[in-house]
Amino acid sequence: MAYDKFTTLTSTAVPLPIENVDTDQIIPARFLKATERKGFGDNLFRDWRYNQDNSPKEDFVLNHSKYSGKILVGGKNFGSGSSREHAAWAVYDYGFRCVISSFFADIFRGNCLNIGVLPAQVSAEFLQKIFTAIDTDPNAKFEVSLIEQKVTILATGESESFDINHYKKDNMTNGFDDIDYLLNIKGKIQEFATSRPL
Amino acid sequence: MSATKTLFDKVWDSHVVHQIENGPDVLFIDRHMVHEVTSPVAFLGLKNRGIRVMHPEKTFATADHNTPTINQHLPVADPLSANQLKMLEENANEYGISYWGLGHEKNGIVHVVGPEYGITLPGATIVCGDSHTSTHGAFGAIAFGIGTSEVEMVLATQCIMQPKPKRMRINITGELQYGVTPKDVALFIISQLTTSGATGYFVEYAGDVFKNMTMEGRMTVCNLSIEMGARGGMIAPDETTFHYIKGREFTPKGEAWDKAMDYWQTLYTDPDAIFDKKLTFDGSLIEPMITYGTNPGMGMGIKNDIPTADMVQGGASTYKKSLQYMKFDEGDSMIGKPIDFVFLGSCTNGRIEDFRAFASIVKGRKKADNVTAWLVPGSHKVESAIKEEGILDILTDAGFELREPGCSACLAMNDDKVPPGKLAVSTSNRNFEGRQGPGSRTLLASPLVAAAAAVTGKVTDPRELMHEIVAG
Ligand code: SF4
Repeated sequence: MAYDKFTTLTSTAVPLPIENVDTDQIIPARFLKATERKGFGDNLFRDWRYNQDNSPKEDFVLNHSKYSGKILVGGKNFGSGSSREHAAWAVYDYGFRCVISSFFADIFRGNCLNIGVLPAQVSAEFLQKIFTAIDTDPNAKFEVSLIEQKVTILATGESESFDINHYKKDNMTNGFDDIDYLLNIKGKIQEFATSRPL
Repeated sequence: MSATKTLFDKVWDSHVVHQIENGPDVLFIDRHMVHEVTSPVAFLGLKNRGIRVMHPEKTFATADHNTPTINQHLPVADPLSANQLKMLEENANEYGISYWGLGHEKNGIVHVVGPEYGITLPGATIVCGDSHTSTHGAFGAIAFGIGTSEVEMVLATQCIMQPKPKRMRINITGELQYGVTPKDVALFIISQLTTSGATGYFVEYAGDVFKNMTMEGRMTVCNLSIEMGARGGMIAPDETTFHYIKGREFTPKGEAWDKAMDYWQTLYTDPDAIFDKKLTFDGSLIEPMITYGTNPGMGMGIKNDIPTADMVQGGASTYKKSLQYMKFDEGDSMIGKPIDFVFLGSCTNGRIEDFRAFASIVKGRKKADNVTAWLVPGSHKVESAIKEEGILDILTDAGFELREPGCSACLAMNDDKVPPGKLAVSTSNRNFEGRQGPGSRTLLASPLVAAAAAVTGKVTDPRELMHEIVAG
């Protein structure tokens, strides 16, 4: 499925300075019963966001009107645990297009890239600067440039680069799809398959 | 290219169909396991593209994540769950994939049935939309969990795009103490590495402890590789492996077996092969483990006290938040804490050896009145063995009931949810906030620790009860 192109994003950000945010927090298992990719944003961080009677928990960032934007900034080891792509879907469906952290769990990072959410990994020091910038001014804007592979704190002009492999970068900036790529080398795959006895 | 290779390199390199410049490898997948929760959107994707499953004969579907563990003969009550199961069945039929649904004699947790029927083989590449796919690495396979977009990719092309992970070897020497199980070994390793210590790596487990471990034990250890962030974990196949797989339904037979054996016997790490990281631990120092926090890395020897925030690496505020959720204090002892639930099951510890271990402790004792116990076999095959070996009688005499197979309280998608605030000793793999139900509090441990808790109603060192048996 082709997805939105990603080139440059300029936005305010929502801070979540917690480490080891696992995908069970991002979307609890009981919300994985859908058979279509729809509406997962409503249950993003469900149990941190709502009380058991479904009233919003006032101290959770997504319930603070002062924070908004298309960038989610999380603590170290973001997205650990379950492989559920629903976690990336929930992040996307809520409206985020980029997650910034100082470290991502592998599967979550891959899932994000596969649906057009950019996981931008920065140093722990730079992550702290981003949190500080939001703390100082919740309306502070950030620029995430995939073309330049760079995150900039616009208020101070400080920036840092992030890694992404060339193939994925190309896909994201053009909205290309992995499966189309593979279907184009189908002949090669079939040939390989016949050489495998298993 | 150098002639010396790690086990991981041998298997990986032999599956590379295509290399994308400055990008991931295109890896051929020998076995694709599918379940009801992470597949519907992938099948929908195929439909939208108007394409078929490329290799239905390499694809196997089972229903497990979202199934009830009682009254499986009745229609599934929850309409959303019922719909997911129906979709899987329809998709399997539509695309000619073998499907072991609810009530099927081969039904069970995807990572339990794969090995049971010989779908899991050494040197194979195996993926599934579930992170604990790493289980199958116990056979010397490269096995890892994938997301739904990747499920669609494998259905459509039998390949996956993956950057090649780095190589780590974890060597555990010596002999395990009495009462220390493979689960303890795994929880120990994770406590040493933390939940992100192996991110970006594929792990090979080596050393005497793994050499002497049964296949089921190896599966438990490889299963938990993901909990330290690793892409997967694997163990070189040996006589124990070959003995386990021989004669199973989907394993090669006759000449094909001999040919496969020739290949499998080359699957080991060459003596001077290079790892990006190597770690060694002394297995004799490992104690029965228990977790006290909200990630699997927060574990310790069962008799230790909960570390204080200044003793742990990483953020003190995250650590304190975690203990606050668990309603524990820094410095607390875990021994003696009253518990409410016990869960024996999951793809980590839902196999016959786990039930044997559990039964060895509860035999001749009674379930504590304050404890609700869910004993959930990993598959129908495990369930049958429990009955045939007389374990069911031991469990029944001790006041326990056996449920029907499935993932159950491992992820609490069905009705098996630990209520808010309640404390559970679980043999599964994750103690995240709310993993076993909103507000639930989970202590991860081995089947022996779970059994000791089930009969005493509190956290208990199982060795105390084992000595009694030995003495008696
Ligand atoms: S038992 Fe738990 S970890 Fe294993 S397959 Fe089921 S949900 Fe996943």
